[in-house]
Amino acid sequence: MQASISIDKLTKKYGDVIAVDGLSLEVGEGELFGLLGPNGAGKTTTINVLCGILEPTSGHVNVGGHDVVKELSDVKEAIGVCPQDTAVYPFLTIKENIELFGKMHAMPSDKLEQNLEYVMGKMRLLEWANKRAGTCSGGIKRRLNMAMGLIHDPEIVFLDEPTVGMDVQARHAVWDFTKELKTRNKTVVLTTHYIEEAEQLCDRVAIIDHGKLIALGTPAQLESKSKEKHLEDVFLKLTGSDVRGEE
Amino acid sequence: MLGVKNSMNLTRIMALVNKDIKKTVREPAALFLTLLFPVMLMLFFGLAFGRAGGESTYQVGVVNLDAGGPQSRWSGYFLGNLTSVGVIRTVEYAANETAQADLSQGNVQAVLIIPSGFGQSCSSFWTAADPSLWVRASVQLYLDSGSMFATQAIPPIVQQALEATIRGPQRTTAQLPVELASPSLVASAKLTAFDYMAPGVFAFATIFLVLIVSSSFTVEREEGLLRRINTTPATPSEFMTAASIANMISALAQGLLLFVMSLVVGFHSSAGLTGTVMAFAILMVFSLCNVGFGLITATLSKSSGAANGISFIFVIPQMFFGTFVGAALPPDIQVLGRLVPSYYVTDALTSLLLRGAPWTGPTILLDLAVVSAYSVIVLILGVLLFRKYGKSQ
Repeated sequence: MQASISIDKLTKKYGDVIAVDGLSLEVGEGELFGLLGPNGAGKTTTINVLCGILEPTSGHVNVGGHDVVKELSDVKEAIGVCPQDTAVYPFLTIKENIELFGKMHAMPSDKLEQNLEYVMGKMRLLEWANKRAGTCSGGIKRRLNMAMGLIHDPEIVFLDEPTVGMDVQARHAVWDFTKELKTRNKTVVLTTHYIEEAEQLCDRVAIIDHGKLIALGTPAQLESKSKEKHLEDVFLKLTGSDVRGEE
Repeated sequence: MLGVKNSMNLTRIMALVNKDIKKTVREPAALFLTLLFPVMLMLFFGLAFGRAGGESTYQVGVVNLDAGGPQSRWSGYFLGNLTSVGVIRTVEYAANETAQADLSQGNVQAVLIIPSGFGQSCSSFWTAADPSLWVRASVQLYLDSGSMFATQAIPPIVQQALEATIRGPQRTTAQLPVELASPSLVASAKLTAFDYMAPGVFAFATIFLVLIVSSSFTVEREEGLLRRINTTPATPSEFMTAASIANMISALAQGLLLFVMSLVVGFHSSAGLTGTVMAFAILMVFSLCNVGFGLITATLSKSSGAANGISFIFVIPQMFFGTFVGAALPPDIQVLGRLVPSYYVTDALTSLLLRGAPWTGPTILLDLAVVSAYSVIVLILGVLLFRKYGKSQ
């Protein structure tokens, strides 16, 4: 499988604090890849480097065939991001929020209109299309948050804890859409604290802790290697049961 | 950041401008600061210091050409009846020229010329029963065309005083030997305190863009929206260009609304079309300066709450030294106004709107040059500081 994302000895420091420590891995084209780890493990920092929000302290990162430092514009053309914290314009309607991000990718108006219907339908947002985001419930905002990152039909998608705060129905809608992305050969990087979510959706997962890669493989491979029945048990075995601070 | 292409995409810029305009229109706080607050301010100053506020007494200049005549007591009665109305105060002039000069300067609202032979004419009403034997005379009245009271109320008051002088309390429909000639309207150059304030109020309102911009950027930063936009192909140049355009549009809308409101509450604009357009152009350039100050404020502020406070570092000096407020300061302190850009905006707008100066006049062009230079420097500084230190506090 051709690598869609390639991370080579990535290190990211905030002053003296090392958030990501020599991380190396590859994500194949069309792969649904899970990035797991306790709070503060370095997941979101890694995603932020992959998206070009943060510059790496050292190491090389290649996304969609482009270096994230030297060819950032090309990287941004190729990716779609659903950030961990809901980031929507409260004074814009649901439709206007999604439309704005389509226009940020300079989508032609006919294509934008077509994708709007599609993405809002998939995220179950059509009913609230003309409602201002600021007046919507947290669950709707979370789905809007994801729709804004997918409107331009990106080749590579970063979903940073996309189902936090969603009810069961909304979570299933997100899962269905995520699976559909895979069938359309999109590369998806998913970070989540719901291990069963990763187990159900992901082709492969990486478990990182203290900024370092501590396990990589399919859920079945990791379970087999650790002689555990569930991925969550593998996770706890590798990362310990101590409660961590927020990332 | 390395690897970012610098080409500007119009679709992205217009989408971001549209977003910013919607924010101004839909968010009550932004709408209040941009439009409602300046309008209320203009309304308040107009009513308090303009002519719309009304005047308690009116000055009428009198040139009594019958003062030394044999029947001069009649003109005395006439002036007595005129002032007995209460709202009229008379000012006597020896020469018509002096009176007319004061009328054109707005020092009096009307000039009354009592002709020579006025007393004889009044007297003939009582001595000759046949009107054909009356000595005819005509009282001339000149009115300030810019004063609604002068044009509407003074002629009937003068007519009533004239009738009361000649007939006394007796009311008849009979003719009088003295007639009140058709009043002549004279354009007055009198300016109210509000006329001097209004140009400064335009600058004053634009200064508040500092608050709006700093608050907008800090809120978007707090909400993760700047970071999110940063994951799209939109470049920082496009984002800043859009913010600048949106705020220039806000300044233009604000200026238009204020201009209309100022005229409604009595502002006397002496500017023609080109002068008025130039005034708006200067306001729009000035809005860029305040976008720059807003970005510097956002860079210095850790939260939107802090931004509201810190923005007054830029608002207060501009407001006190560079707008109508500065005119009330001692001359030594007024000099400080030359350090703030709003001073040059107020100066240019005063020349254009109040004095009717041509838009190509040296004062206007110099003021525009200073405001432009200030705006370019502050905007570039604001953009650079915000990009380096302000995006991700």
